[in-house]
Amino acid sequence: MTDGTASRYPGYNVLSKRDGPSWDEVTRQVIDRRLNVPREPRFLDPERFRTLKAVCGRILPQPPERPDVPLAAHVDAKLFDNALDGYRHADLPPLREAWLRGLAALDAEAHAAHGRAFADLAYRQQDTLLRRCEAGELSHPAWDGMPPASFFSQRVLADIVAAYYAHPSAWSEIGYGGPASPRGYVRMGANRRDPWEASEARPGRERTALKENRRVR
Amino acid sequence: MYADEPMRPRTMQGRAPDVFTRGGWIPMQLRSDGEEVDFVVIGTGAGGGPLTARLAEKGFSVVAFDAGPYFRPLEEFASDEASQSKLFWTDERIVDGANPLKMGANNSGKAVGGSTVHFAMVSLRFRPEWFRSRTLLGYGADWPLDWREMWTYYAQAEQDLSISGPLSYPWGPKRPRYPYRAHEVNAAGLLLAKGAEAMGYRWSPTPLATVSAPRGNSPPCVYRGFCRVGCSTNAKQSQLVTYIPRAVRAGAEIRDLAMVGRIEVDATGRATGVHYHRDGVWRFQRARNVVVAGYAIETPRLLLNSATDRFPDGLANSSGLVGRYLMTQSNQAVWGEMEEEVRWNKGPPSLALTEHWNYDDRKDFFGGYCWMGQGPLPIEWSSVLTGARGLWGEALRRQMENYNHQIGLKMVGEMLPHLDNRVTLSEEHDQYGLPIPRITYSWTDNDKALIDHGLAQMRTSLELVGARNIFLQKDDTNHLAGTARMGFSRETSVVDADCRSWDIPNLFVCDGSVFPTTGGVNPHLTITAIALRTADRIEALAKRGEL
Ligand SMILES: Cc1cc2nc3c(=O)[nH]c(=O)nc-3n(C[C@H](O)[C@H](O)[C@H](O)COP(=O)(O)OP(=O)(O)OC[C@H]3O[C@@H](n4cnc5c(N)ncnc54)[C@H](O)[C@@H]3O)c2cc1C
Ligand code: SF4
Repeated sequence: MTDGTASRYPGYNVLSKRDGPSWDEVTRQVIDRRLNVPREPRFLDPERFRTLKAVCGRILPQPPERPDVPLAAHVDAKLFDNALDGYRHADLPPLREAWLRGLAALDAEAHAAHGRAFADLAYRQQDTLLRRCEAGELSHPAWDGMPPASFFSQRVLADIVAAYYAHPSAWSEIGYGGPASPRGYVRMGANRRDPWEASEARPGRERTALKENRRVR
Repeated sequence: MYADEPMRPRTMQGRAPDVFTRGGWIPMQLRSDGEEVDFVVIGTGAGGGPLTARLAEKGFSVVAFDAGPYFRPLEEFASDEASQSKLFWTDERIVDGANPLKMGANNSGKAVGGSTVHFAMVSLRFRPEWFRSRTLLGYGADWPLDWREMWTYYAQAEQDLSISGPLSYPWGPKRPRYPYRAHEVNAAGLLLAKGAEAMGYRWSPTPLATVSAPRGNSPPCVYRGFCRVGCSTNAKQSQLVTYIPRAVRAGAEIRDLAMVGRIEVDATGRATGVHYHRDGVWRFQRARNVVVAGYAIETPRLLLNSATDRFPDGLANSSGLVGRYLMTQSNQAVWGEMEEEVRWNKGPPSLALTEHWNYDDRKDFFGGYCWMGQGPLPIEWSSVLTGARGLWGEALRRQMENYNHQIGLKMVGEMLPHLDNRVTLSEEHDQYGLPIPRITYSWTDNDKALIDHGLAQMRTSLELVGARNIFLQKDDTNHLAGTARMGFSRETSVVDADCRSWDIPNLFVCDGSVFPTTGGVNPHLTITAIALRTADRIEALAKRGEL
């Protein structure tokens, strides 16, 4: 739930439609389970999970005014389920192995450069390490042949960002309508908002947007 | 059923799910493994679906296998990108080459109905010249099919799938009216139209396989925009709600969650049946004829995995071409932001298109392309921003907040067939113990020239409608073809015009793998038209005692 006039879609919460005609039973089940993802890791050990949490915090820093989407827990769930994507680049090991090795390597890089675990670095230092990973500039033996740049684009970015934009909090943030079955949409033209869509707080219409968003069902 | 609960086969008791009623069933004829059925069809997608239905309607006994589940859309298709990945073929595949393909969500389904369960429904005909592109246009390979004959099968496919389209289509030879009226074009599509008109090009509402008015048990499309992760209302005319129920009614058996691992061939060099894995055990189904319809990765993989002493390089492979000439289509895009709210996720993603560059030959490269409006859902859109722009952190979150103002144009472009773009077997094995495929892909110089041309054109179109912060997505590809190409001789192709393999007379391939070239439009309607033709040809061959 977003609130206050700072947000682009003040007061809009996609979950207010949960019991309305835009959500069917299977969708409610799926989203309920997502909202109740186990917070404790089931695949990663506590140390790697701590590293992962820190990485998630930099890839998608979250706004302070609402509970965080537990991104690390979602990535861990993907690893626990071994939910494959259907392909992998020849230079990457399989899903689980890539994450295990990559998180250990980021930590090893942090120790080598700063004498501390990745999770204990300042945000600026974490960002620098991640940028060097992205650019393929890291070379600690802990990578063991896995190209850091591929790990960054194919695993870090892909898995964390997908987990975030699968979450209702992210949908509310971007003004996305969310689930839409059986009720779909009616007004198809530009600047035409169905009453069950998010209303945008353009300058001067913040209060109208807030009012309209509170009525979304 | 929860999204991540493992599924068990549903069609073991002489009934199949009725996709149109909650919890309903329709009766289905069962065949025993020991019965030598007329046809085994492997895969129930755009090729396997219509072929199974038509063969059964002609009186043949048919068992169709699909490695994926038999879903009930009304109860099981959530309005949700992430959980609906259950529709995709997510078994491991290794990709390499200079331009590795993205598989999974991008390229193939694993469900009764195949990739049509989650496809975007764009239903286009080839330009007639593409069937003879070598002779008439100077590139690729000629097809052993005549475009006029294909025109009649396209018309049949359009009727069977109740395509909704414009009163008159701006490009190509005359065609009959589309059976259903065109859909209302959304804001994203109207911006495509405005851009095309500003460039002096024609545009059209896209012919789509989702109904604009009721059809049987299908209600009209409600513009929910989740088409690419499965249609929960059954408006979409996928194989699952069209040819598959027809097939069952006509006496075909559909075996869900049944993965075929090997085609058996006897000492005389004829196929005798298939080994398949279902409900935890390997079984063998006897058959007089075998049709492979697993799409351009699984079809060659199965043929290669079925190698014997007599056919050490795999079945139907005396030409050495099984797995070769793999083609994808260039699917690059140009994206931008509008002042107004576009809300591009409302409605099917591609409601308008222009085929201008498929029919205008004033270009300095071979092949053509079209482009279409876009409406990606949030996860897909975020992957464009991370992939094409490398955004993350605050920058990504801020850009995502513009979601309702984004627009985009995406091309579907012809990539040329190349011998070295191919599917081979890797050293790794999957959950069935079968070697997994390795997919090698590199763009040719012609492909790159076509992509550059398309990106520049689409950028101009976005500029002309006043889009800001325009950026190019240079790396995307989509759709597959090739790997068991049809042709005129056993030396230069895997199957003949009837989709029959040159080497093994009772082994057919009937899916996107048979394309010698891939054209500049989405492939499913052509695959379905070929399947309808193949069924007629098989009937004719059977009548002459040549099967
Ligand atoms: C996201 C997406 C959007 C698309 N949008 C469009 C569009 O708008 N318009 C268009 O024309 N095309 C579109 N396509 C492409 C189109 O869906 C495919 O080209 C078409 O479905 C391919 O038909 P096919 O019969 O060759 O294979 P599929 O439809 O993929 O069917 C193959 C089936 O075979 C099964 N199978 C494979 N191997 C085995 C085995 N060994 N044993 C048992 N079963 C097996 C699979 O489970 C699958 O169900 C899209 C594709 C995707 C992925
Ligand atoms: S937009 Fe139409 S075709 Fe697409 S999923 Fe919704 S109802 Fe089905």
